[in-house]
Amino acid sequence: MRMSNQAPSDLSLIEPTLDAYADVPGSLIAILQATQDAYGYLPMDAMEHIAERTGTPIATIVGVATFYAQFRLEPVGKYLIMLCQGTACHVNGSELISAAITDELGIDDGQTTDDGLFSLKHVACLGCCSLSPVMMINGQTYSSLTPDKAKKVLRQLAAEAAEGGAA
Amino acid sequence: MRLVVGEGSCGLAAGAGAVYQQLEELLAQGNEAGVELGITGCNGMCFLEPIVDLYDDEGALHRLVKVQAKDAKAIYEAATTGNLSLVDKLRISASDAEFLDRQTRIALRDCGVIDPESLDDYLAHGGYQAIGKILSQGMSQEDVIHEIDVAGLRGRGGAGFPTAFKWRAARDAKADETGQKYLICNADEGDPGAFMDRAVIEGDPHSLIEGMLVGGYAIGATEGIVYVRAEYPLAIVRLRKAIADATERGYLGQNILGSDFSFTLRIKAGAGAFVCGEETALIESLEGKRGMPRLKPPFPAQAGYWLKPSNINNVETYANVAWIINNGGAAYAAMGTEGSKGTKVFALSGKIARGGLVEIPMGTTLREVIFDIGGGIRGGKQFKAVQLGGPSGGCVPAEKLDTVIDYNELAATGAIMGSGGMVVMDEDTCMVGMARFFLDFTAKESCGKCVHCRLGTKRMLEILDRIVNGQGEEGDIEKLEELCYAIKDGALCGLGQTAPNPVLTTIRYFRDELEAHINEHRCPAGECRELITYFIDKDACVGCTSCARQCPAGAITGERKSPHEIDPALCIKCGNCKTACRFGAVRVR
Ligand SMILES: Cc1cc2nc3c(=O)[nH]c(=O)nc-3n(C[C@H](O)[C@H](O)[C@H](O)COP(=O)(O)O)c2cc1C
Ligand code: FES
Repeated sequence: MRMSNQAPSDLSLIEPTLDAYADVPGSLIAILQATQDAYGYLPMDAMEHIAERTGTPIATIVGVATFYAQFRLEPVGKYLIMLCQGTACHVNGSELISAAITDELGIDDGQTTDDGLFSLKHVACLGCCSLSPVMMINGQTYSSLTPDKAKKVLRQLAAEAAEGGAA
Repeated sequence: MRLVVGEGSCGLAAGAGAVYQQLEELLAQGNEAGVELGITGCNGMCFLEPIVDLYDDEGALHRLVKVQAKDAKAIYEAATTGNLSLVDKLRISASDAEFLDRQTRIALRDCGVIDPESLDDYLAHGGYQAIGKILSQGMSQEDVIHEIDVAGLRGRGGAGFPTAFKWRAARDAKADETGQKYLICNADEGDPGAFMDRAVIEGDPHSLIEGMLVGGYAIGATEGIVYVRAEYPLAIVRLRKAIADATERGYLGQNILGSDFSFTLRIKAGAGAFVCGEETALIESLEGKRGMPRLKPPFPAQAGYWLKPSNINNVETYANVAWIINNGGAAYAAMGTEGSKGTKVFALSGKIARGGLVEIPMGTTLREVIFDIGGGIRGGKQFKAVQLGGPSGGCVPAEKLDTVIDYNELAATGAIMGSGGMVVMDEDTCMVGMARFFLDFTAKESCGKCVHCRLGTKRMLEILDRIVNGQGEEGDIEKLEELCYAIKDGALCGLGQTAPNPVLTTIRYFRDELEAHINEHRCPAGECRELITYFIDKDACVGCTSCARQCPAGAITGERKSPHEIDPALCIKCGNCKTACRFGAVRVR
C-alpha cells in the first residue's frame, strides 16, 4: 500500500469512538465505519492506531477492511457515484450508464478523477429497482437514468463544485 | 383536508422531497383551511412516484401520481379551497389503481398508509396490540409458538423453513449460566433486485419491532439485533427513531407494559457483502469479523451469536407475526396452498409496465402477478422470462407462467421462491448474458472459504465469458453442467450450493440460445456486444443526424436529411446511436 506519502492522520478524530467501543467485543466493524466517516476512507495509520487501542492484530483489521465492499483504503472524490449494477438495473441498461460516466469523466469502477471531484463505484442494488437504472451520489438517488440524464447530473454537480470553489 | 407525501427511498429518488418542501412552504404562507401535511412510506406503486395522497374532509382518499414540484401549487389550492377539480389531471387512472386493489396486504398492511416516524400513528392502526394481548392474557411461550405453527408461517428470507420449528428449537435450547439468548433480524436483503424488506423498515418499522418482541418472548430472548444492509441509509434512520420512541414509551426495555418480560433492540449496519445474508456469516459479521459462514450443525438455535442460542428470521417473516397473533393462525392459514400459507411480498422490476411491491396470497399464478397486477411488458414487447430468487434462483420461461406461487411448485421449475425479487425480462434480454451476470456476481461475492465455491464459480464464469464473447466451444454446456453439480454438492454454504441455479435454468429452458452463441457465434437477443453489429435501416432513417452527434467514435457518416451509415470498423458498439434514434432506424444484427 502506498501510504508512506500520505500525511499522518489526525487520530484524535476517532478517539471518542475508541473510548466508547475499544473494549466492547465485536465492535470492529462499527469502529471501522466510524473511522471511514471521519476520514472518508481507512488510512493505514488509523488502522494501526485501532490495532493498538483494541489489542487486535493489524492483520485482522486489514482482513476485515478488505472483506467488505463498503471500506476503502484510498481517499475518494468529493462526489462518490454509486452506480447500481443489480439485476433490475442490468436488465434496464446500467451498462450504458456506466459507459456514459466513463465517457464523461474518464474513470472506471473504483477510480477517482484527477481533480479529486468524482469517484465511481459499482454497487449491487440500491433498493430502487423499479426505477432502474439508478445511481446514488452522496446520499441522493437519481432514478430512471439514461446516458444523457446521467451526464447532465454530473455536469451539474461539477458546475456546483466550481461555483462553490470560486465563492 | 390532509396531504400525505410518499417518502420511501423510491419516492424520494423520484422527487418527493421537493414536492413536500414546496407544499410545506405554500402552507406556511397561508393555511386558513387548516390543511395538514404528513409523510408515509412506500405504498409499493413505485412506477407512479412521487405520490401525494389527498384525504378530503370525509376521509376519502384522492391519490395523485407522478407529482412534480411544479404541481405543488395546484395541490395546495385544491386542498385549501376544496376545489378538487384543480388536481384532476394528477389523479391515478382506474387501471393503475388495480395494481393495489388486486393485492392482499398483511406484511405491508401499514406501508404507505401510516407515518413511519410516528409511534402514535402505528398505535392508531392497531399497533402493539399483539404483544399487549400476549402479556395481558398471560399467553405462554408455547401458546405463541402454537399460533405461528397453526398459521403455517414459513421463513420469507428464501429457504422457507417453518418459523414455529425454529422458534421451538431456540426456546428449547439450553442457555449457559448467563441465560442469554438472542433474537436476530436479517435485514441484509442481498438479492440485487429485491426491496421488500427496505419498504417494510422504511414504511412500518414498528411492525418489525413488534414481530421481534413476540419472537423474543416466544424463545426467551431479552436482546434483539437488526442487521441492516449498509445501502439502506433511510431504513436505518427510521428504524433508529422507531426503536428510540418504542423504548421511551415502554414497548421496548425493562418490564414491558408492566410485565416481567424485558427486551432491548439495537441496529447493526452491514458493510456490504452478499454472503452476510447467510445466517452464520451474518453472525460472524455481527461479531465484528469477516463474514464467512460456519459449518452447520451446530445451528444458530444451539450456538449462534457469541455461541449462545440465537434465532434468525427475515424482516418480512417478523412483519407477519403481529397480524397472526391478532387475527389468529387459522385466519392466516386460510390463505394460500397446502404447503405454503398466507401471503408473500414480491418486488416487481425489470421490463415490467408497473414495477413495485406486490403482496398476494400464496397460490396466485406468476401470470396474474406479472400481467394482471404488473401490467405485462413495457413498450409492447414480448415476455421472455422472469427471474426469481436472484443469484440463488433461476429464470422461469413463458410456458411456465401458470405456475402457482408455492415453495414446492416454484422449486419444481428449477427456480426458487427466494426472498421476493421478481425481475421480468423481454425479448431483448439475452439469457446467456443473464446467466453470466449472476455468475459474475457470485464469483465476486464468494467469501473464498471453500474451494468448490471459490474456484468453481470462477471456472464457470470463465466458460460463460468465452461463450458471450463468441469463443464458445463444443462441450461447453456439458462442462458447465459438470461444474454445476460438483459445486452444488461440495460447497459449504447456501451461496455456493445455489450459485449454479441461474445457469442450470438457462440450460434447461434456453438451451437453443446457448447453442446459438456457441455454435453460430450469434446472440439471438442482440445484446452480447462481441456478437452483434449495429447498422442503420436506410428506409427508416430520416437523416436527423442525432446518432452521428452521439457517436463517440465518429463511426457514423451521412448528409443531413439523407440516410446515415455506420462504419463497422470504427464502431465500438456503445449503443449510443440506438438510444439516440427516435425513429427506430438503428438496428442490431
Ligand atoms: C448467500 C445467502 C444469502 C442470503 N441472504 C439473505 C438475505 O439477504 N435476507 C434474508 O432474510 N435471508 C437471506 N438468506 C437466508 C438466511 O440464511 C436465513 O435462512 C434467513 O434469514 C432465515 O430467516 P427466515 O427463516 O425468516 O427466512 C441468505 C442465504 C444465503 C445462503
Ligand atoms: S437492481 Fe438497481 S436498484 Fe435494485
